[in-house]
Amino acid sequence: MPAPLLTMHGVSKRYGPTVALDGVDVAAKPGRVLALIGENGAGKSTLMKVLAGAVRPDAGTMTFADSPYAPNGPTAARAAGVAMIYQELNLAPDLSVEDNLMLGRERSTFGLLSRTEQRRRCRAALEKLGHGSLDVRTPVGRLPVGTRQVVEIARAVLDEARVVVFDEPTSSLPRKEAEALFAVIRTLTAEGAAVIYISHFLEEVRAICDDYAVLRDGRAVGSGELKDVTEPQLVSLMVGREVDELFPQVPHTPGEPLLTIDALTGADGTPRGASLEVRRGEILGVSGLIGAGRTELVRAIYGLDAVRSGTVRVNASPPGAGPRGRVRSGIGFVSEDRAGEGLMLNRTIAENATLGRLSPLSRGGFLNPAAPNAAAEGLIRRLGVKARGPRQTVGELSGGNQQKVAVSRVLHQQNDVWLLDEPTRGIDVGAKSDLYRLMGEAAAEGKAVLFVSSYLPELLAVCDRVAVMSRGELVAVRDADQWTAETAMATAIGAGDVSPEQTAQKTAGETS
Amino acid sequence: MKWASFRSALTTAGPALALIGIIAGFAFFDWQQDGESTFLTVRNLRVMVQDVLPVAVAALGMTVIIAAGGIDLSAGTMLALCAVVLAASLKAGCSAGTAMLLAVACGAACGALNGVLIASLGVVPFVVTLGTLGAFEGAAKIVAEETTVRPGRDAIPSWLGRLTSIQNDSLVLGLPGGAWVLLGLAIAVAVVLRLTVFGRHLFAIGSNEKTARLCGVSVGRTKVLVYALGGLLTGAAGVMQFSQLNAGSPTSGLGMELQVIAAVVIGGGSLSGGRGGVFGTLTGVAIVAAIESGGFQLGWSNPVQQIALGAIIVAAVAADRARARSGG
Repeated sequence: MPAPLLTMHGVSKRYGPTVALDGVDVAAKPGRVLALIGENGAGKSTLMKVLAGAVRPDAGTMTFADSPYAPNGPTAARAAGVAMIYQELNLAPDLSVEDNLMLGRERSTFGLLSRTEQRRRCRAALEKLGHGSLDVRTPVGRLPVGTRQVVEIARAVLDEARVVVFDEPTSSLPRKEAEALFAVIRTLTAEGAAVIYISHFLEEVRAICDDYAVLRDGRAVGSGELKDVTEPQLVSLMVGREVDELFPQVPHTPGEPLLTIDALTGADGTPRGASLEVRRGEILGVSGLIGAGRTELVRAIYGLDAVRSGTVRVNASPPGAGPRGRVRSGIGFVSEDRAGEGLMLNRTIAENATLGRLSPLSRGGFLNPAAPNAAAEGLIRRLGVKARGPRQTVGELSGGNQQKVAVSRVLHQQNDVWLLDEPTRGIDVGAKSDLYRLMGEAAAEGKAVLFVSSYLPELLAVCDRVAVMSRGELVAVRDADQWTAETAMATAIGAGDVSPEQTAQKTAGETS
Repeated sequence: MKWASFRSALTTAGPALALIGIIAGFAFFDWQQDGESTFLTVRNLRVMVQDVLPVAVAALGMTVIIAAGGIDLSAGTMLALCAVVLAASLKAGCSAGTAMLLAVACGAACGALNGVLIASLGVVPFVVTLGTLGAFEGAAKIVAEETTVRPGRDAIPSWLGRLTSIQNDSLVLGLPGGAWVLLGLAIAVAVVLRLTVFGRHLFAIGSNEKTARLCGVSVGRTKVLVYALGGLLTGAAGVMQFSQLNAGSPTSGLGMELQVIAAVVIGGGSLSGGRGGVFGTLTGVAIVAAIESGGFQLGWSNPVQQIALGAIIVAAVAADRARARSGG
């Protein structure tokens, strides 16, 4: 076992009354990948900001390659050899690969760029990452997300970074590109770099990481080699309690159809001819690759996007037009874009939760000032939102708690049909589990839940039936236990409707 | 908990503290200069109120618009148009009540036009109201036949003139009657913003229009109402201005929109929407008035006052941002 290349010792940081980090010890070893895991709000980002020089810790020391390391800013950290690959990539989309790579490190003679020298260095860096064939003149905006990430990593290579931090690098990547990313990471470690890898996906962590460190509430609560721990052990370290059931099962029985869509085609062709029935007391999952049209499908159902043809029915009658009519007809929607669309981050929990249905809280257009807060208090309790109270600003909450507020709206609106678009993306394990339970309870109350997710294991565990979309079409709908990861993937990538051997499946609403 | 409530108290009180500081500063320098204060006198307070009434009433309307994430650059020329309509109606022999109603209705219609254009064309409010800024000025010139409209002395009822007068016999409870109209309008706007469904909807649109749409808020209809309400208050501001001048000039509102917007922004309204309130706006108006009056007392030239006001605007927004950041 090599000696650590980088150690952080007793790192503490407070923001006002909030303790973000409380004496954290973490060590990253050369040639190995350290998984940094923990729920949202556990302090991972703050710790990495300390490492990257973006945040000055209140206490604690860091050692890098046997000498003290205390960067006074991101530039100093980068110069010392610490590189960050963020979730949202920091690239200028209109500039070429070369210009992006050399940004801030331009080579010049008397102020004139030395193109040849720059290009040589860029090519060498990309070569090292196995992407030597990439044309360095291409504007970065035209590259697929996965390749953009390679450009970002190539920057780290150019800086000769010896510690490279990846923050949720695969959250926007298709599986194949994730595999390619892992290969790049292995190249980095083979050269002796220490990699710190932040992710919510435990199986991914297992695939690429060697060591682990778990943060909880700003404290390091466990670390060691991954081969010595089981997944449940990791999860219970993260949430601080035994999660004996990550997927709580609430018994529910599907009844008659509640939401019926027939040959629904969007104005721009996505979805294309989608037909589907969601029954009372049913959770129906929608799986597929990014860009398969799942979001477009639910948005068309909710009346947010224009529809070319086809019908949507609730209880066999057409719902009101647009989101306004849909809400009144009993359809509720949770957007995949929590910050951009789902929530008003600068308003209170109460305002966010009750906006869709103010009528019971008002009379003749005048609000009962106390009613929204009272309603929100009930919702906060029901969903277990960790907040100071209904008047707290939503933007101050952690991701999981923000998402609970977004979902609470559907409860407040008393909707019978729930359209949930990626409700569990980017939120912590505990909050995920709470949302699964809520969906189960909704189904048990006779509601129809349409659950869109990119994470197949949760769909298979939570849903009664799962539909797979591919290139804008709903290709197949089957009972959840009739799918495997392999058949769902094959269907999603358009290898036809791959049926399992035991074809006794229900294919209600399946299109051909 | 304590920290958060302290911070929110500071956010609310920030502009008020600034106002107290500015008043204290002017009073001190004024006293140093003359040995006695002409700034901190009841008479000067009345003059300040008299001068600022049109801006103050228009700023109430702008608060509603800015809270809903909009902006109205046409407020100044709209105000002049309404004043001209009032003057022309009086000149044409309408009763004072009818003329006033026409002026206010003109404002509401102009605002509704802005709202309809913004909601239906999908063009940003900045551009739409930049366009109507010119259009309203043109319309005012047509109504006024390119001159200042002066209804005869006997066509103007005395109460309309007294609205902004500080003659002893016009004062109501020590202030010009217009000040009490302003207070009434301010309370009404505060109630609309804080205690109505419409208010919730407009703040939602200002905070995140997509969320509002998602929640079934009629975004277009609400916007039209917001701009119409803003226009209605601008019309009322036009009445105040007419009362000051006893005439309607088509160019009398030019540039006023900037003072109005400045007052809202100094008072904590955010040009990115979702924030703003009546208390803050009135404080902002008071700051604008104090700088003009105090600067005048100290013998500052008009350009110096303009520079001081500009500096205050930037400082107010910077201080606001710093507070928001320190909250993390």
